[in-house]
Amino acid sequence: MRVPMTEYLLIDLDTERWICRVCAHDFGDARGNYKEGTLVYDRDPREIHPPVIDPEKYEFTFSPDPTFCRILEFYCPTCGTQIEAEYLPPGHPPTVDMLWDIDSLREKWEAHGGNPEEVVNYGPGENAETDLSARFDSVSAHSHSHNTEGH
Amino acid sequence: MTLTTDQFVPTSGNDDDAAQLLTDQEQQWVDKFMDETTLFLGPDPAIMRHHEIMPRTAYEEECIANGINPLEIDRIRKRLAGALDEAFEMCESMGAAPGAKWADLSCAVYTAEGDVTYLSNRGVIAFSAVLHHPIRYIMKNWKDEPTVGINEGDGFFHNDSRFGMVHNTDQSMLVPVIRGGIIIAWVGATIHEGENGACEPGGMPSGSETPFDDGLRASPIKIVEKGHLRRDLLTFLQHSTRDPKLMLADIKVKMGAVKRIMDTVDRLIDEVGQETFVASLRVTVEDVETEVRRRIGELPDGTVTFNQFVDSTLKENILIKFACKITIKGERMIVDLTGTGPEILNRAINSPLASTKSFMAQAILSYWWPDLPRSTGALSPIEVITEEHSWADAGYDAPVGQSLQASFRGFSALQTAFAKMQFSSPQKYSNVVAPWFNQINDFLWGGTTQNGEQVGNLCADLNGMGGGAKAFRDGEDAVAPLFCAMADIGEQEVMEEEVPFLQLVSKRLVRDNQGFGKFRGGMGYEMIVASRGTPSWGFMTVTSGSKFSSVPGMFGGYGCPVYPLAMVKNVNIYDIIQKDPSQFNLSIERVMNEQPFEGGDYQSAHMGLQFDVAKEGELYMIAQGAGGGYGDVLERDPELVVTDLELDRISAQTASTMYGVVWEPETYVVHEQATVELRAKMRQDRINRGTPYKEFIQDFVKEEPPADLLYFGSWGQDDDENLIATHWGGLEPERVKGKLEELPLIMVPDRRVLKISKLEARVRELEQKYGEVIEHKS
Repeated sequence: MRVPMTEYLLIDLDTERWICRVCAHDFGDARGNYKEGTLVYDRDPREIHPPVIDPEKYEFTFSPDPTFCRILEFYCPTCGTQIEAEYLPPGHPPTVDMLWDIDSLREKWEAHGGNPEEVVNYGPGENAETDLSARFDSVSAHSHSHNTEGH
Repeated sequence: MTLTTDQFVPTSGNDDDAAQLLTDQEQQWVDKFMDETTLFLGPDPAIMRHHEIMPRTAYEEECIANGINPLEIDRIRKRLAGALDEAFEMCESMGAAPGAKWADLSCAVYTAEGDVTYLSNRGVIAFSAVLHHPIRYIMKNWKDEPTVGINEGDGFFHNDSRFGMVHNTDQSMLVPVIRGGIIIAWVGATIHEGENGACEPGGMPSGSETPFDDGLRASPIKIVEKGHLRRDLLTFLQHSTRDPKLMLADIKVKMGAVKRIMDTVDRLIDEVGQETFVASLRVTVEDVETEVRRRIGELPDGTVTFNQFVDSTLKENILIKFACKITIKGERMIVDLTGTGPEILNRAINSPLASTKSFMAQAILSYWWPDLPRSTGALSPIEVITEEHSWADAGYDAPVGQSLQASFRGFSALQTAFAKMQFSSPQKYSNVVAPWFNQINDFLWGGTTQNGEQVGNLCADLNGMGGGAKAFRDGEDAVAPLFCAMADIGEQEVMEEEVPFLQLVSKRLVRDNQGFGKFRGGMGYEMIVASRGTPSWGFMTVTSGSKFSSVPGMFGGYGCPVYPLAMVKNVNIYDIIQKDPSQFNLSIERVMNEQPFEGGDYQSAHMGLQFDVAKEGELYMIAQGAGGGYGDVLERDPELVVTDLELDRISAQTASTMYGVVWEPETYVVHEQATVELRAKMRQDRINRGTPYKEFIQDFVKEEPPADLLYFGSWGQDDDENLIATHWGGLEPERVKGKLEELPLIMVPDRRVLKISKLEARVRELEQKYGEVIEHKS
């Protein structure tokens, strides 16, 4: 049984592993920190948030100050999907953002009886209904860039 | 502070302690003595540090024991909801405060012990988790106090958040419902009034350096006695602020609104009986608490951590952490803010604990479970761990004039973490959504109007925050403030009749002011204002997030950019436009980059501007903020990218280098195959430049913050009890470490003193260099 935990991460309750929902990459022990299985890049925030006013003339420009703020981008090592983008002070340890009780997760889903990949959606409302099953089951690995899921 | 006998701790381990215990009679004497001789009835920690609903009173037990008819209770709730919404509209239509006109208010019905049973459907939900404090204070201290007492027709006023308020700009009218001499309920109306006599106009002073700079410090006082407004106290309140007409008008508006609620309450009690009415109030509060526990139980067990970093005291740039770990275990939820930076004793950004918690309730009732009645029961079962004297749990002596800086982070902590907490849950009550914008990107203002009146308040643009992207659609532009789902950004032309400035640019979107993602956050707009036709006027801004983005994205999406304050001083735009109308082509980008006005002093700064005298025609320019983006940018539908490009919402650079879209410049037709290939290359580029996590950590992570960063809070999350802080013993900052109680008191020196000191050092250096001998006298 696989449970969608984020837009791009599943937990496989049978193997107790974090799995990429796009390409099936194994990020590691589901009882631990999925980030340990990612590739990380320390992004200068000015590259993401370009200045609106001239940085040659002004200190405050709409671009974050790289001495205050970095953006850590976490990628899937196999498909290159950006799983997280974390804003941190330079040198601050990345946040261990999710730690789940796998025994409890299993118990809850066994009690529920449904298939998590079929019953989990984005919440109430018709337009929040979605398919959160593993994409790697139905989409060949080379075509994920076509994905426009959720539209 | 109030002394309570239960705080007494024996000072020695004397074996005779047991023999020293007081008899009941002796305890009564002690209590009576303390009651009669207490010097000052300040905020009571026994009230202020607790957000749980009260146990049932004996009378409530009796009422409930008579039997509950759920259908009848539902009818009572609906009648109350109708009355509250009607009262809300009265405040909105008649209120003099700008905030009232734009829905920054709330009306409520409370149990006798002060728990909010039901709040108006529109308005600020945070009030549901904070207004029980003043009622408990009134019940504890004034009910049996011979010089005060609580009688039919009385109404109590307060504004000081140390006694329980969202922040000090808000003012309450709390009125008891009395039957047969017993208080059986309360009704109330609360409005963001704005002006409160603080050190700067508008009620949210960024320049506040002591609690006495925060303005009016009204503890709960009986402003209405047996139906009559007390002119002596009213005059005192009017005299204490810059806008006496506003004070009078809105106290009367609140009295009228409360009277309308009371009319419905009277009719309801006549119809269903007092006991059924009391039972319905109590059962509603309990039902909400029970349902919240059940819904917590539906979430997966585990811990979600979300840390925020705030870059400003509103006077200088620092970096102060708002730490938050949320743990779910069964039906228990624990929100732990340990690791949050210490209070700064001469800056306005600190928040009382109750105000921080009120915005946690805002997240719960607006973004987690918006279908629940807005009741004190919603936050009640959630355990909140904080350290007193952190900036999210400020002590009595800390200024809190701009407490939204910390309390809004309490909102974001819960709103942001919930996307991860609820994602795997099969039963959701709200959509998965990226972070909402969380700053007060707005102009506050004050001075003399064109009508000769003294005023101080704020623009409605506060309410134009960009919404976070949803998991299935873009966030909405300038949709609503985090604290009020159905607020209004007002009619600019109407405001200009009352205040002496024009919004020369209003509600124009700023290109690339987005949280990028598979679905992008809602955008913010720019505002350019200039005063006109006033003998004295000034503007303020009260926002952090000029160096460090205020909100991140979700699941690979990016956060908002940062926001500068841009100003052009020493110009009169009205003269310029009169001479050359073609110059009425204003945008932050054009004005600041082209510097088209000769002689203008072009400045950019962070968004903590203390009251700044605005001469006629000088330009003040800011942008409202954007919500966070959702998902990987390379999954965004290319058609949505070129649509944004065509509408000038994003730049060509963003479309190509961020979103990886190739298009035909003339027609905006997407080249599908080229886009697929570019995106595949961009994914491969990520894989090539990314470093395996463990290797990355070794290189990136440092033992402590960069030496020149003025940092406050824990570093990492493994040891949140140990904090890093910046301390000024003299003019030079030094880094200190330790548990919160071990740190020295944190006060930041005046930035002008620091600047003068640096300039003087430079002068001496130059004198020495050029051999000039000057006798310096101190």
